[in-house]
Amino acid sequence: MSGTFVGMPAFQRAAHEAVRNETLRGNLRHATHTIRAKRAHAVAEVSDWAELREAGKRIKDHTLRHLDRYLVRVEEAVTAAGGVVHWAADADEANRIVAELVKATGESEVVKVKSMATQEIGLNEALEAEGIHAYETDLAELIVQLGKDRPSHILVPAIHRNRGEIRDIFRSEMSEWGRPAPEGLSDSPAELAEAARLHLREKFLRAKVGISGANFVVAETGTLVVVESEGNGRMCLTLPETLISVVGIEKIVPTWRDLEVFLQTLPRSSTAERMNPYTSTWTGTTDSDGPKNFHLVLLDNGRTDTLADEVGRQALRCIRCSACLNVCPVYERAGGHAYGSVYPGPIGAILSPQLRGTQSEIDASLPYASSLCGACYEVCPVAIDIPEVLVHLRERVAQGGTVTREGTKVVLRPAKGHAAERAAMRAARWAFSHPGALRTGQRLASRTRRFHPRTLPGPGRAWSGSRDLPPVPAEPFRDWWQRTNGGKDGVK
Amino acid sequence: MSSRDVILGRVRRALADVTPDETPYELALPRDYEREHGGRSVAQTVELLAENLADYRALVHRCATVPELSALIAGLLAGRGARSVLVPPGLDEAWLADTGADVTRVPDGAESTAAELDRVDSVLTGCAVAIAETGTLVLDGSPDQGRRRITLIPDHHICVVRVPDQVVGAVPQAMERLDPVRPLTWISGPSATSDIELDRVEGVHGPRTLEVVLLGGADGS
Repeated sequence: MSGTFVGMPAFQRAAHEAVRNETLRGNLRHATHTIRAKRAHAVAEVSDWAELREAGKRIKDHTLRHLDRYLVRVEEAVTAAGGVVHWAADADEANRIVAELVKATGESEVVKVKSMATQEIGLNEALEAEGIHAYETDLAELIVQLGKDRPSHILVPAIHRNRGEIRDIFRSEMSEWGRPAPEGLSDSPAELAEAARLHLREKFLRAKVGISGANFVVAETGTLVVVESEGNGRMCLTLPETLISVVGIEKIVPTWRDLEVFLQTLPRSSTAERMNPYTSTWTGTTDSDGPKNFHLVLLDNGRTDTLADEVGRQALRCIRCSACLNVCPVYERAGGHAYGSVYPGPIGAILSPQLRGTQSEIDASLPYASSLCGACYEVCPVAIDIPEVLVHLRERVAQGGTVTREGTKVVLRPAKGHAAERAAMRAARWAFSHPGALRTGQRLASRTRRFHPRTLPGPGRAWSGSRDLPPVPAEPFRDWWQRTNGGKDGVK
Repeated sequence: MSSRDVILGRVRRALADVTPDETPYELALPRDYEREHGGRSVAQTVELLAENLADYRALVHRCATVPELSALIAGLLAGRGARSVLVPPGLDEAWLADTGADVTRVPDGAESTAAELDRVDSVLTGCAVAIAETGTLVLDGSPDQGRRRITLIPDHHICVVRVPDQVVGAVPQAMERLDPVRPLTWISGPSATSDIELDRVEGVHGPRTLEVVLLGGADGS
């Protein structure tokens, strides 16, 4: 993944800062609770939700299990339909390919429809370095871009901003990028949306190059699918002469028919609608309708490494609906920025450390950014067992082990800061396998209980800072059992 | 080694633990979800379409015959004060029979630029399939629907759905009818955003007004 978030503090520190920001907490609470209630209603309308969820899970698992075959089929089908397929092993390569394609058109401006993959690789920054300006056209992405900010939610990236903040950003920044905000712009959502419409329309109408991601790629036909609400996607996909789509290799589904599952589960899970306002599908190029040139960039960037992990690979089923963010008690309080990645929330907590590895402090902290309550698994429309992967990644962080990085197996050392945890677990294992020592220890602990501190000293302090130490009983259980004959001699 | 070979090699090594399964895909994947939700008569399906379109703030009209349709369309255009209307090449001329000479008919041609389309007031099209359960219209670029851009740039879209022939109950039934080789546009209500405090606002980049005319007997005949 890109270096956008380099220097990001570990989750716990970032979250600690975020929870003190009352505006942020208010904005997030309002948004997540609203969408949560709406989603439950939209899902309840569909009597076969469980079957759709199971089918979605199976389609994605099947594709991942035969990914090599389906990648080749996508390449054949897209090429046959008049598109050009490029392969990018990492972010740098993808950015280089896109920059060269844009330069070949002679253009220095591109319009973009919101895309997680291009955010992940830091495409806008890479293009800027080559003198190419990329304009985000999704309203929320525009707010983020104008505010020199970072997205904080998969679906509504500016969820952390309220209407007053958005009006201020539009007033002060729009003129830097093109058509300025109208005089006397108020903070009503309708007026703000109108200002965005006017500002962006002049860009759409002159754009020669569009850049997108895709929600799905159909292997049998080479069809790409983009799901959106505003129409900015349709603008970017149909008006320019050249369209470049950057797509993660996990976005493939085998057949056209498979879309009938996801076009039912995705809108209801993400925006809680029966259907999103606009869905576009295109297969290569079409004479006199839409772009004359179509390029598909297939992106790895850590996905094959994730695929190599037998427990963690299920994260690649994700269809980026964001339902898990909206139900997560940790996300609701900490906000998206604390996760230090374009993928926030529970899915980010398992996806980012797999795509990027667990070497950095923020990535090693993400598997701990959860209370393991399981709400994310409940709502996931492709049944990703996020808690299972979180625990699996915690084990990797604390103990190290063999993982795949850039296609090669490497042995990770345990992450720093977990020495005390490991030592405690080792000591516990030893004690449980030496009953005599355990008994002596328990008796000693009981007799000295008056002198026990209420918080742990040394490295244990962080743990006991937010928890009470469990009280040690006056007598070990096994002593009580022996003395009272298992409680039969009367309880005392 | 090319990046293609690198990625395919990594995928194959990553799947070393997976036992090859050569079951044909259609057998490997049980599809025990519904083709549509609940039993409905044809008339009920059309009724549900109208309800769900309206729920997403499309304006729904009905008429039984083409002459009625023509009068209705003339009225809708006049009501908005539209002075020009985009017309796809294969649109039934009779639909515009009552529209006066004061409304210019702009043919959808490959040479028209986006800026020219931006100056047109309204667009009139047919549709390929409409999905009742989701309130969705699907356009597939057939001659009565034109290129994708014409239903996007003008602020006012009138879409005529022939009922009951073009109406299906649910998404799986629509997929069967559609040809993935054609570029498709699925439309559910007017352009909308919920990006500002999750307040829904209609009309960001696409048409702010979507009018749907259900042409044919509403009783399903």
